Amino acid sequence: MKLDNLYKEEKKSAFAKLSEIIITMASRPSGLIGLSILLFHIILAFISPYVAPHDFKAIDPTLMLQAPSAEYWFGTDDLGRDVFTRTILGGRTALTITFFGSLIALLWGGLLGIFCGLVGGKIDDVVMRIVDAFLSIPWILAMLLIVSLLGTSTEVLIPALGFFYGKGIVRVARAATHDVIAKDFIVSAKARGHSNFSIIWNEIIPNVRDAILVEGAMRWSWMLLGFSSLSFLGFGVSPPTPDWGLMISNARGLMSFAYWAVIAPIVGLSSLIIGINLTADAFAKALGIDRSTKAPV
Amino acid sequence: MTDIIQKVKNLSIGFRSKKGEEILILKNISTNIKKGETVGIVGESGSGKSTLALAMMGYVKHGLYTIGGECQFNSSNLLKMKSKDLEKIRGRKIAMIPQNAGQALTPNLKIGYQIDEALQLHSDLNEKEREKKISELLNKVRLPSPETIALRYPHELSGGQQQRVAVAMALAGTPDLLLLDEPTTGLDVTTQAHVLELLNFIAKDTGTSMVYVSHDLGAIAQVSDRIIVMYSGEIVLEGPSRDILKRPIHPYTHGLLKSIPKLSLAGLPESMPGSQPQPGTIQSGCSFFDRCNFSDENCKNNSPQLEFLKDINTSVRCFNYEKLVKENQVSQTVNKIKNKSQDKEILNLSEVSISYAKQKLLDQIFNRISDDNPTVKDININIKKGETIALVGESGSGKSTILKSIAGLLRTKDGLIRFDENRNLSSDLKERDPNDLRIIQLIFQNPDESLNPNHTVEEIIAQPLKLYFGLKGEELKKNIIDLLQKVRLGEFYTSRYPRQLSGGEKQRVAVARAFAAKPDIILCDEVTSALDVSVQAAVLNLLQQLKEDFGTTYIFVSHDLAVVRAISDRVAVLYQGRLCEVGPSNDVYKFPSHPYTEVLLGAVLEPDPDIKPKLVAEDIVEERPPEKGCSFQGRCSRMVGDICKKEIPPWQLTDSGNAIRCHIPIKELQKEQF
Ligand SMILES: Nc1ncnc2c1ncn2[C@@H]1O[C@H](COP(=O)(O)OP(=O)(O)O)[C@@H](O)[C@H]1O
Ligand code: SF4
Ligand code: SF4
Ligand SMILES: [Mg+2]
Repeated sequence: MKLDNLYKEEKKSAFAKLSEIIITMASRPSGLIGLSILLFHIILAFISPYVAPHDFKAIDPTLMLQAPSAEYWFGTDDLGRDVFTRTILGGRTALTITFFGSLIALLWGGLLGIFCGLVGGKIDDVVMRIVDAFLSIPWILAMLLIVSLLGTSTEVLIPALGFFYGKGIVRVARAATHDVIAKDFIVSAKARGHSNFSIIWNEIIPNVRDAILVEGAMRWSWMLLGFSSLSFLGFGVSPPTPDWGLMISNARGLMSFAYWAVIAPIVGLSSLIIGINLTADAFAKALGIDRSTKAPV
Repeated sequence: MTDIIQKVKNLSIGFRSKKGEEILILKNISTNIKKGETVGIVGESGSGKSTLALAMMGYVKHGLYTIGGECQFNSSNLLKMKSKDLEKIRGRKIAMIPQNAGQALTPNLKIGYQIDEALQLHSDLNEKEREKKISELLNKVRLPSPETIALRYPHELSGGQQQRVAVAMALAGTPDLLLLDEPTTGLDVTTQAHVLELLNFIAKDTGTSMVYVSHDLGAIAQVSDRIIVMYSGEIVLEGPSRDILKRPIHPYTHGLLKSIPKLSLAGLPESMPGSQPQPGTIQSGCSFFDRCNFSDENCKNNSPQLEFLKDINTSVRCFNYEKLVKENQVSQTVNKIKNKSQDKEILNLSEVSISYAKQKLLDQIFNRISDDNPTVKDININIKKGETIALVGESGSGKSTILKSIAGLLRTKDGLIRFDENRNLSSDLKERDPNDLRIIQLIFQNPDESLNPNHTVEEIIAQPLKLYFGLKGEELKKNIIDLLQKVRLGEFYTSRYPRQLSGGEKQRVAVARAFAAKPDIILCDEVTSALDVSVQAAVLNLLQQLKEDFGTTYIFVSHDLAVVRAISDRVAVLYQGRLCEVGPSNDVYKFPSHPYTEVLLGAVLEPDPDIKPKLVAEDIVEERPPEKGCSFQGRCSRMVGDICKKEIPPWQLTDSGNAIRCHIPIKELQKEQF
């Protein structure tokens, strides 16, 4: 059997598959850069509380707006707090909230999209109309409304963000499902008499999973931007918890004479968004998916 | 030599694999296309024929690159030309007609507009002249009333008409060379015959050279002066059309011609073992070695070179071609299938009508379907246990629709589907119990679509076993391996994904999955149409073997009348969802009595230059069945008058038990044949 050499590929464990995908992603320069940045941020989020050189909330009027020095690497802010400490801590909340927010977005967006694609007809029409109607509301207005009614706690922010960013996933999941259900293997499963659940689980999800995951990863970077905008407007993380959006908002008036206080969080936020973006992009390429959603940057 | 218009010299094209190896798609191809000749390039999918045709217009597909050699057109190498210069040649000097013209035409632009665009681009005519030229071109491709066609949109034309428009557009630049890539694949038999006839006419009329690429030797035989046979990226045989088809001196072509079912021969032809190797897998020796009946030790280690035999003007790549020269003619032997059907009825369709009409609100409430002119109407067929009954007809004749209803995927409007004389199957999936679903299994046309790409072969075959028999663990595994063996696949296939299998292997997996349910009836919807010619016969033989082993009943749908001839005991001919003729294969094929059967049989393309298709009826396509009278009235050339338009023709029985539905008396129908 000559062909055997070609067909060495066997059924792999999920772990083996994942590591193969990551290796493929890292084999492109952009993927490698994206993965490194993302990994750096994740590690930083975990270890920053232990390595932070100063107390992030220690206010000291005598140290107001100090330029970077050996003691305060990135200088201090208008309350005399260490900008380096606050910068390395400033991504934790955003990263956590948007990560779980994205999971929620994936879950409801993916399931609803698959459902709509599967049932089609009137129900599909109505649901998609509603989704479109929601899409047309400026999300920031809606978010502000929700936050001002329910507060800015994590329990409110995660599902609210998850809800707003899931709409795009509905479209992708629905389109992917539409492509799949026209295939004969679905007809075949129906003709054999498999249950709807079994058809969704065994036939559809494995074929739409990749497209949905890629979309979810993309939504994650959008959500980060959105969440930071909320913080910037004062509706995200409440002080004194350090957060890049909040830090940028506080320090932006001082930009002309204390640029250090604003540059560090900007670099932090934008590098994370770029990192997620590049990673999502490499992920899509590694899976061989044509991505329709454009990145926020 | 000035009469050569395209000279391909030592052309190699390939790609780089993930591992960085250079893999060849075309291996050192050299050939010349002369002025005014039509050259057929034939080969199965993956043999490199399209890559070669594209290279002839200076195009190398994305991901591929030229490794060496050239394609000379008017003594300049197209593969090295700047894209600006190429643009001047493409469309003007060399035109291409793609496989699916429907997709190549812009959907939202009128036909006339699109031809005008081509004229503006590829000719120097002024507005007045172009206007004239548009009708001239449409006339030339024999489209009815060019003036109205020019104002239509592509979707308002049938597949054959779209293909004609594509030919008209290609002729807009009065090209010297016309490249056609599978131009009739996917068209109906009748349409195909008409388009080929048109191409022959145009070749003669304009003196344009043509390169005709196809997997179908039948089509190639009708148009080519010369044939190039490709296998695994190499030319293995090249010579005058007649010689290649009548006395093929390469084992591949020889085997191919033996394995193609013919109308004149009932029974299953010998099959060719194996499948074409994937690019990059042949390390040494002849690429056909695995499948060759004439091979010896020498072939295993040394690669044969293309040898030109002057006396017969043929080039052949084979060490042992002399053995074939002696054999002279291809003698086809077939295994006559035995009709093993019992008298016991297994499935009965009586007065079955099926409609796709959207249900109105009132109908939904009362759960009924109202449609006076349904897609499928009045189907009466009595299927015996163990027989193979074929449903034939052009696309849209309702073959798949009937299968879907039998499988429960589509509700019938009226009529009764009865299994085993007492079980009523006139319900859809939800109302059938699991056992009713188990006894009827489907095999689809395209295994790429019918196998979940994310499941392994094991998971695919396990599905019915788990669902119907609740098998688990060791027993499940054992059953899967058993089934794989039955379809002649080894145990090691279990862990493979569909993408790692060849077309024939995939279809075997689909067959195994169907048999896993231990069904009584298997519905085969065009199961060989998507397969390469060389593996078709093998799949047909397998199906026949399994049927004999298990006593299964097949309902076999196909548009390929030769394939139907090979495998079926009985044939039902459908036009526009209405039965025209039902009878034993032998009779239907021997005395084609219904006018439509006659048209279908006449249009079959045989790989023999001496058998020309008979073009009886117009190749028009009807959208809907007529409201009244005979379903075939719109195209019938033997209409006997108003009665055909007013009254549904009666069933008439011949002596041999063939039922024909036509107003012409049976005696007369048969008389006309002789
Ligand atoms: N899902 C559908 N909705 C509406 N019309 C359909 C549908 N599927 C098939 N048809 C129509 O039914 C007729 C018969 O189609 P089909 O059974 O697929 O024919 P065949 O299998 O003989 O090619 C055609 O006119 C086709 O356009
Ligand atoms: S060279 Fe040998 S293996 Fe190849 S086709 Fe000829 S006889 Fe067969
Ligand atoms: S009934 Fe009339 S229209 Fe129909 S096939 Fe016979 S002759 Fe032709
Ligand atoms: Mg069909």
